[in-house]
Amino acid sequence: MTKRETVNSEQPQLPGEANSAWRIRRDRYRFHLRTLKLAWYAYAKDNAALGALIFLLVIVLISLLAPLISPYDPADAVASIAASPGTDGVLLGADVDGRDILSRLFWGGRIALLVGIGPTVAATLISLFLGLTAGYFGGWFDQILMRIVDVVFAFPLVLLAIVIAGVLEPGVWTVILAISIALTPYIARLVRTTTLNVKQQPYVEAARAGGAGDTAIILRYILPNMIPPVLVFATTLIGLMMVVGSGLSFLGLGIQPPEADWGTMVAEGRGVLRKAPHVTIFPGVVIVLVALSFNFIGDGLRDALDPRRRSR
Amino acid sequence: MVEPILQVEGLKTHFKLREGILKAVDGISFSLAPDEVLCIVGESGSGKSVTAQSILRLIDPPGQIVEGHIRYRDKDLLKLSEREMEKIRGDRIGIIFQDPMTSLNPVFTIGEQIAEGLREHLNLGKKEAQDRAVDLLRSVGIPNPEDRYQDYPHHFSGGMRQRVLIAAAIACEPDILIADEPTTALDVTIQAQILKLLADVQRRLSSALILITHDLGVVASMADRVLVMYAGEMVEYGDVKTIFEQPKHPYTIGLMNSVIRLDDQRGSELRSIPGTPLVPINPPPGCSFRSRCNAAHALCETEKSRAHSVAGGHLVSCHLMQSDSSQAGSA
Repeated sequence: MTKRETVNSEQPQLPGEANSAWRIRRDRYRFHLRTLKLAWYAYAKDNAALGALIFLLVIVLISLLAPLISPYDPADAVASIAASPGTDGVLLGADVDGRDILSRLFWGGRIALLVGIGPTVAATLISLFLGLTAGYFGGWFDQILMRIVDVVFAFPLVLLAIVIAGVLEPGVWTVILAISIALTPYIARLVRTTTLNVKQQPYVEAARAGGAGDTAIILRYILPNMIPPVLVFATTLIGLMMVVGSGLSFLGLGIQPPEADWGTMVAEGRGVLRKAPHVTIFPGVVIVLVALSFNFIGDGLRDALDPRRRSR
Repeated sequence: MVEPILQVEGLKTHFKLREGILKAVDGISFSLAPDEVLCIVGESGSGKSVTAQSILRLIDPPGQIVEGHIRYRDKDLLKLSEREMEKIRGDRIGIIFQDPMTSLNPVFTIGEQIAEGLREHLNLGKKEAQDRAVDLLRSVGIPNPEDRYQDYPHHFSGGMRQRVLIAAAIACEPDILIADEPTTALDVTIQAQILKLLADVQRRLSSALILITHDLGVVASMADRVLVMYAGEMVEYGDVKTIFEQPKHPYTIGLMNSVIRLDDQRGSELRSIPGTPLVPINPPPGCSFRSRCNAAHALCETEKSRAHSVAGGHLVSCHLMQSDSSQAGSA
């Protein structure tokens, strides 16, 4: 113990210099600010990611403000059946029941985002717990979990979601639950593989040699090194899950008309695809664009989260 | 004789593999005085690193320490709980690994990584730990330590990263420092700097140092005592002068003949040891070096030699020591 104290006193502190607490706090604050700034630069360097982010922010804003900016009630028939865009006072036309497509797109964004983000977030959280525990501690828990995952893997994701949604009452929450369950194995497997990968890195052994326990290793070594690939994967999945959710609605297992949903809108329009293609095209294009945006954002996130890709 | 700070007795670390039991370390004993430099030498796969990892109990399944005692001060490290062991690792016994490129966590700044150990072991506050970490970085020769504190590992070269790792290993001023081939992954020019730094650090902290290497030049310049390992077993153990000037075991003699010596006047030929090292999976009975040994005889086929003490503190595991020590010296 005496050895420590002597070395400490070798470096005399200048009074009031680095000692003041606010200064330390300010320096730490500046450091985190710099890290954030560098991460943002790395992200913004990718034009597609930047564009996608702006586009998505607009979509989110529109969805939030739907009650205020929608020209009509999305459930009310306000124009003639399948009115062409620009006629009858409806900018993007009307659907087969004469409802305003623009208003329905605005309102449908809420459900689409909920169905895309909700299950992905839920599945990621569950996967983080399951995959980490299985990958880090191994043993029988790992064996059992991975066999269950293998079984779930035997069914295609969409098929599994259809089965689960099929036995439940149709609705938004059914869609979210079905997709969450079907999605979890995919992310859990990634989390587990990444955990195994990080676990055998020399710096984890070095940390153990430095006296770190399991909790410290998981929180400071495994988790931070695992989050980037998982986050990127999950972000790209959001778009895909929106499409799956739309698919469920398209099949009539999800959101029921007259409630506005992009997938349902595509489904309703398919009967008049030849005569009034706009009924299908507008919601279809929006689904594709939003799903693509999440992919681009995932790419950008990968750059932003990796300290090696952030330049100084 | 000073009370040794670390005493390893009959350490056996085996790995249960599908092919059989790999006896990576098979009956190693040595003791370490509080400010001694012990060099463990041997070919690749002779069990040097496993010995180091066993001391810190960092052996993962299928490996297992099956026998022996590792006494640190008055504690037997093999009997401590995992919790107690965590308190010793990094605090009382620090280790520096071979590959500095991958031994640092890529997602945290190097300063944070050094400060982390300080906060954990010494219960320092954020600010004190930060100040100490900066001091440590300065003491291992990192320029502008205040600025470099906030840099990530990938901003550093290999030599600089090894300096950072040394700083992390000595952060809590350990009694024992283990360096597992600390210069293998570095440029030759940097190797000398790192070794000098290690020697300086060891002297400044007056801690014991276990240096694992296969560079006999390093051994000659740094070691107090030398442990020569072959196929997981101790071959010869003694102080550095004895090992270099009067090696007794045929393997040690072979090692000495296989390096160029600047003080060699006779211009004798550089000889390598014929054959390849035995992989000790289900080893046959007898001496594990006998197939490469030119002094092997009938007894070597059937029986392992015990360690013979030929002089004060000079141990040699070879049957030749038993029958005729003068003959063995010239073998």
